[in-house]
Amino acid sequence: MIEEIAFYIGGILLLIGALFTVIAAIGILRFPDLYTRMHAASKTGTMGAGLSFVAIAVVAFDGPVILRALVGFIFLILTAPVGAHLLARAACLAGYKPSELTEINEYEKTLK
Amino acid sequence: MSGFQFLQLSATIALGLLIFAFVLIIIRIVRGPSLPDRVLALEMLVSTGIAYIAVIAIKTSFFLYLDVAISLGLVGFLATVAFARYVLQRGSQRQEQKNSRQISPGKELEQ
Repeated sequence: MIEEIAFYIGGILLLIGALFTVIAAIGILRFPDLYTRMHAASKTGTMGAGLSFVAIAVVAFDGPVILRALVGFIFLILTAPVGAHLLARAACLAGYKPSELTEINEYEKTLK
Repeated sequence: MSGFQFLQLSATIALGLLIFAFVLIIIRIVRGPSLPDRVLALEMLVSTGIAYIAVIAIKTSFFLYLDVAISLGLVGFLATVAFARYVLQRGSQRQEQKNSRQISPGKELEQ
């Protein structure tokens, strides 16, 4: 009984994770410049992969597997913002301009 | 429909959605106007690959694939850090060249 419920929850988590990933890919394709694309990639994309890990943790009835899945989830959540921030800072310092639609750019004052 | 069948069906649908996401990201990598765009799309490709491996681990119920996914995440993070360093170094070199020559060489090439 409890296994059946876990399988249903795991399937729903898998579907939600895949939908998150597709939304992130659409965002990467459609947004106008690097700094807005980074929102789609680093938040939605991480959530997509992370929910797949959570689905493994729900479906597998095995202690070490659950632990590894949760550790992988935490690792993804910790590293994605760091990587995105590093790339955004490097691009900004290297002189890649945001798109014309950007109204507030406070980092520009720090650069001059 | 039993729980196991539902899990298999949703894993198949998730694999299809992830392949669609792969295609969209590869279009961005090919089109991407600048280097950081491509780096970001590659990072997203790694993240989608992690999700794909996790779905395959569930579909085959062979959970050793989880270790592969975690190591791929580690490698992807290190690659992003290295590419960020490269973008930074390349950009500052380009600015120094611009300042020393007082012209903008190949401005249409660089973007």
